[in-house]
Amino acid sequence: MKRFPLPSWIPTLAVGLLIFVGVQLARNTGSISAYRYQVFQIALITSMSALGLNLIYGFNGQFSLGHIGFYAIGAYGSALITKDYVSSWSGSRAGALSWMIAAQIGVVAALVFLRLIRLDRLRKRVASHTSQYLKGHEVRLVSTLPVLLVVAATIAVALLLTQGLHLVLDRTLSSLMAMLPRQVGQHVVFVLAILTGGTMAALVAYLVGLPLLRLGSDYFGIATLGFAIMVFTALQNSDLVIETMKGARGMVAIPVWTNWSWVVGVFVVLVVILRNLLRSSHGRGIISVREDEIAAQTMGVDVNQLKTLAFTIGGLFAGVAGALYAHLYGFLHPSTFSIVKGFDPLIIIVLGGLGSMTGTVLAGVGVVVLIEELRVILPQGFEDWRFVIYPIILLLVMLLRSQGIMGTSEWGWFRAPLPPEREIPIPSRTPRASTQLTQSEDA
Amino acid sequence: MDILTRGIGSYTSFTPPEQRALDIRGLTKVFGGLRAVSNFTMDVPYGGLYGLIGPNGAGKTTVFNMVTGIYDATEGSILFEGQELGGLPPHQITRRGIARTFQNIRLFQNLTVLDNVRIAYHAHAGYNLLEAITRLGRYGRQERQLTERAQDFLAVFGLQDRQMELARNLPYGEQRRLEIARALAAHPKLLLLDEPAAGMNPAEVETLMELIRFIHDEFNLTILLIEHQMRVVMGICEWITVMDFGQVIARGTSEQIRNNEDVIVAYLGRAQGREL
Repeated sequence: MKRFPLPSWIPTLAVGLLIFVGVQLARNTGSISAYRYQVFQIALITSMSALGLNLIYGFNGQFSLGHIGFYAIGAYGSALITKDYVSSWSGSRAGALSWMIAAQIGVVAALVFLRLIRLDRLRKRVASHTSQYLKGHEVRLVSTLPVLLVVAATIAVALLLTQGLHLVLDRTLSSLMAMLPRQVGQHVVFVLAILTGGTMAALVAYLVGLPLLRLGSDYFGIATLGFAIMVFTALQNSDLVIETMKGARGMVAIPVWTNWSWVVGVFVVLVVILRNLLRSSHGRGIISVREDEIAAQTMGVDVNQLKTLAFTIGGLFAGVAGALYAHLYGFLHPSTFSIVKGFDPLIIIVLGGLGSMTGTVLAGVGVVVLIEELRVILPQGFEDWRFVIYPIILLLVMLLRSQGIMGTSEWGWFRAPLPPEREIPIPSRTPRASTQLTQSEDA
Repeated sequence: MDILTRGIGSYTSFTPPEQRALDIRGLTKVFGGLRAVSNFTMDVPYGGLYGLIGPNGAGKTTVFNMVTGIYDATEGSILFEGQELGGLPPHQITRRGIARTFQNIRLFQNLTVLDNVRIAYHAHAGYNLLEAITRLGRYGRQERQLTERAQDFLAVFGLQDRQMELARNLPYGEQRRLEIARALAAHPKLLLLDEPAAGMNPAEVETLMELIRFIHDEFNLTILLIEHQMRVVMGICEWITVMDFGQVIARGTSEQIRNNEDVIVAYLGRAQGREL
């Protein structure tokens, strides 16, 4: 067969467009019910979150069980923002938004400051001055104290900064929102809510990852599980802090703004980001950490930096997916973010293939659609059997194809591009040639 | 000239300090109750091709692991080009110009041969994360340049036709060569080779020795080589340090080492020492 010089993104884009237009048309003509239409959306949303986890576990090799926590942060964070816009629960239309932006700026400023002042040097200096008078453990204690003080002071200043920023932002943002017409304002706020949900989750992922990513893979898994439990417990008791989150009763009256176009649009952006990241030097570094951490280090790869990067971007994906989820049903309940639900993205990425974007999307859509379709297909009274059939399918796939549906292979545009075809110059001196050279000299 | 003496007590280096690429002084590593390396001292001049030999478990690889930052030394100092390496993380040591290979090959098994080499350029990719994600700015040019450089490198080692194969599918000898190619792609000034001839037959060893000599001349490298098989080091190394039980037991040229009493005992035991 003659090789057809079609760029790989054309068939991929064509298939994507076909699915997008197909589902939208089917809904508009009434061929699929509103329920099925929602199932397709939740399928893509789940895939987005799973793609984030695949970056962390499949590509970077860090076994994380805390992914659902980031999903929850994105969902609740964005819901607070949009609910504020429609009902002003905080007393101002931009209250929640400006709080979250201000808090993120505060945290980032504190982090940058702490990095710039080089606390380890302070610690070492104190240690070297006191080591002649004190014992080893006393030196450690005394040198840690000033570090803690500096950190505490930084946090206090950051809190003040946040407070001040919030006041300024609240004024400007609410007057800006008042200026925008309702239709435009809604879209702007929704975009801001999705972005803020994502960055909140990413920031938390960064903070959580900083200490935890030093642990080995299994220990890291358990530690992140602890994080997910903390988020879950916090959500159940959230009404104690923010009344409108309603704790274990579930948050209501979130505007239902998510639709097929939004989901597909965000999905495309995330997929492009992930694909381009992985097919770059950073991506190769991330994958090399999974392959062999020690070898990666000795090749000049900053392993800790890349682990944090992958974990943060993974958290961002989960947060964005959570934000879309929150506005799909207009209702959020902590049970959606329980630890058991947290295994869903893990199952999806293992099923689709660890280290395959295509596989994750296939498995994500497949699993969600399968479970929901079984609800329809199974006869009355047998709906619960879907959680028998689904695990059996999982078992069979794992037994017959343990590397997952796709393994690590990709389809179309997701595949690693071939290096440009060129004539590789064979150097005049290669190891073989050098031997001949010495031989001729001898002769 | 008393150079073949135990420990560092009477050891004086021939190389003046400013000519030492690598200068290890009094290096010690303690694992729990085990002194894996004890008061280890050696130096390698710029452009040297030096060997470090010793029986199994003598502590050779531990020395490499300390030089490359994988282990922290319990005591002692490691100077590279006159600068202390102690406490630096491995990736920074690599960026200063030390690369290594591993005793049990550590390639990125599920990556292609080309990607294995391209990772060595990670630190000098020349574009940032934003440019990578948006494919704007320097990404295109840098990535093409980097790929071409990696391909040229593979061509030097005769692997240019294998570039899209997964590293794990290469035959053993080519995996060894790829690992050396990958290490060299990081543009080291000092190359550490950890038992490069392990698991090779005599003919392959012969080719490998040629290869090591070749890269030593071609890339203007300083090489420190660990070897278990005497034949390899004897053939190519200018100067050999022998370790046993974490200590230096002898130093010298291959001729001197071959006839050294302590070395023969360490390798063959006392009773058979005379037979060699």
